[in-house]
Amino acid sequence: MNNPSSKMTITAGFIPLIDSAVVLAAATQGFAAEESIDLQLVRETSWANIRDKIAVGHMDVAQMLAPMPIASNLGLAPLPARLVAPMALGTGGNTIAISRELNAAVSQHGVVRDGDAARLAEAFKKVINERAERGERRLVFGIVHPHSSHHYELAYLLGHAGIRPDVDVQLVVVPPALMPDALRAGQIDGFSAGEPWGTAAAMQGTGVIATTKSAIWRSSPEKVLGLRADWAEANAEGLGKLLRALYRAALWCDEVDNRDALVSMLAAPQHLNIDAQVIKAALDGEHAPAVAAHSRPQRIFRFAASASSFPWQSHALWFYSQMIRWQQVQFREEDIEIVRRTYRPDIYRAALAQLDATIPSANAKIEGALSVPTPVGATRGQLVLGPDGFFDGRIFDPDKLVEYCDSFAVRAPKA
Amino acid sequence: MTMQERPLRILVIDPNRIRVSIIEEGLREAGHDDVVIISDMGQLMRRVVDAEPDVIIMDLENPNRDMLEHALQVSRAARRPIAMFVDTTDAAATEAAIDAGVSAYVVDGLRKDRVKPILDMAIKRFNAIERMRAEVEAVKTELSERKMIDRAKGILMRSRGLSEEQAYQLLRKTAMNQSRKIAQVAESLILAAGLLEGDREW
Repeated sequence: MNNPSSKMTITAGFIPLIDSAVVLAAATQGFAAEESIDLQLVRETSWANIRDKIAVGHMDVAQMLAPMPIASNLGLAPLPARLVAPMALGTGGNTIAISRELNAAVSQHGVVRDGDAARLAEAFKKVINERAERGERRLVFGIVHPHSSHHYELAYLLGHAGIRPDVDVQLVVVPPALMPDALRAGQIDGFSAGEPWGTAAAMQGTGVIATTKSAIWRSSPEKVLGLRADWAEANAEGLGKLLRALYRAALWCDEVDNRDALVSMLAAPQHLNIDAQVIKAALDGEHAPAVAAHSRPQRIFRFAASASSFPWQSHALWFYSQMIRWQQVQFREEDIEIVRRTYRPDIYRAALAQLDATIPSANAKIEGALSVPTPVGATRGQLVLGPDGFFDGRIFDPDKLVEYCDSFAVRAPKA
Repeated sequence: MTMQERPLRILVIDPNRIRVSIIEEGLREAGHDDVVIISDMGQLMRRVVDAEPDVIIMDLENPNRDMLEHALQVSRAARRPIAMFVDTTDAAATEAAIDAGVSAYVVDGLRKDRVKPILDMAIKRFNAIERMRAEVEAVKTELSERKMIDRAKGILMRSRGLSEEQAYQLLRKTAMNQSRKIAQVAESLILAAGLLEGDREW
């Protein structure tokens, strides 16, 4: 780490998705260099690789699925590693795309492509019943990983209409880049994945975007910066510099004037290696349904605004609630603290204290309490949060985790 | 018959056909005859489940790792749970595997001493292939295709006692049979010869 130029080298893993933008921008737009960090990007082909290479120390930090560090700390990963997430890499960014055939079927049940998640779920239910009556195979949905917001959001949507994932429909894991082809080939009927893959499917004419992450759970995190806890402790100063670089990169990504530069950075062969037209359309939400509840200007992606990079511990606990709901883990009282302490607002605050950043005063919030944009307590300036929460109006109070888990009619049977 | 006595069925998933054949050869040399190869990723999950493997070796850069792991978790057909790597408490071995670009999945309950030699062999061969690949790259930039063919001819002349003309005809015939360029055949031959005749350190 201590090379003669006093520049610290940090290796950062990323998966070619739009929500790698903050990490890519920190490395390529000068923000890391301004903090005397040589940020080396490593493009990876699977989440398993990110997980394993972080665990054995082949990379220092990585863009991770927001539930991934939690899963690791709960012992769900094959290699034991204690991870922390001191920053989120933005909110929004997923879409649920469905095949043209399934879209035609749900359209007959009142879905008007406004992204309304409740109506979509009810229509899925009717289509599933019709298929069962006709003796047709179950619908198959692609997700990118079992411990992903893509999985939990899709399952939440299905569960709303009484559809049991893995019973009434089949969930399969497909690499995000292969989703449009799998849809075209009829191997899957829909998928929940990070952009630009929903947009790519729409532009290729293989599917349509039926709804978005932000129509299911507003202002919710998608990826986080994940790293080993021992690395964070041993490199506290370097991590602080990195977080400042990432924070300023997130502001840059949000800035409309930087849109063209953001598109070409993402499209570059060494980054996403995808047609700039697709990237641009995905960032603009061009093919996403106009979500009535919070129509534009709320964008599909938010990288920094409204505390989008803040690692809310209530988000971590919501992911935990869904891991319990779908029987990925058994509830244990002592795990609540492990989950809460995986997300580290304390590290975030300490790193950003010297910037002119507006940081929430609280570490957790009640998800779904804000139905309209609301000013909240912050370190400085004015911070407006919300609306947040879920399409079905259900409130998640992180202090009432057990009651929350028990409140779901549709859940995996206890082992 | 107990599980310890039954021959292990080893599944190798790798789109790189040269690497697959080198791994397969290593397995057979070590007395493992029940080897299943998947190089084409179509219908991957069904074929993995149908194969009922005891050990799966997969290259780390394969984007289907997440898919494979999920399928191994939920598949009712994979009757015994499959865990990653042989022994996660052996950090050095795990790191060596990741270094070499190998991921391995092993059914629960297999004795470590039965699986470790397989993984060690795979790691050594992956590393050797990577070294050879780097050398071939170097040769490529250093030599024209012509010289690569000359070098391949030389290997055939030495190893099979052929004349220069016979060696060239063999390369040409192989290329025609496989619908490949002579230079491509020469390249695989140099790679394979380096592995098989070289320092043989595995």
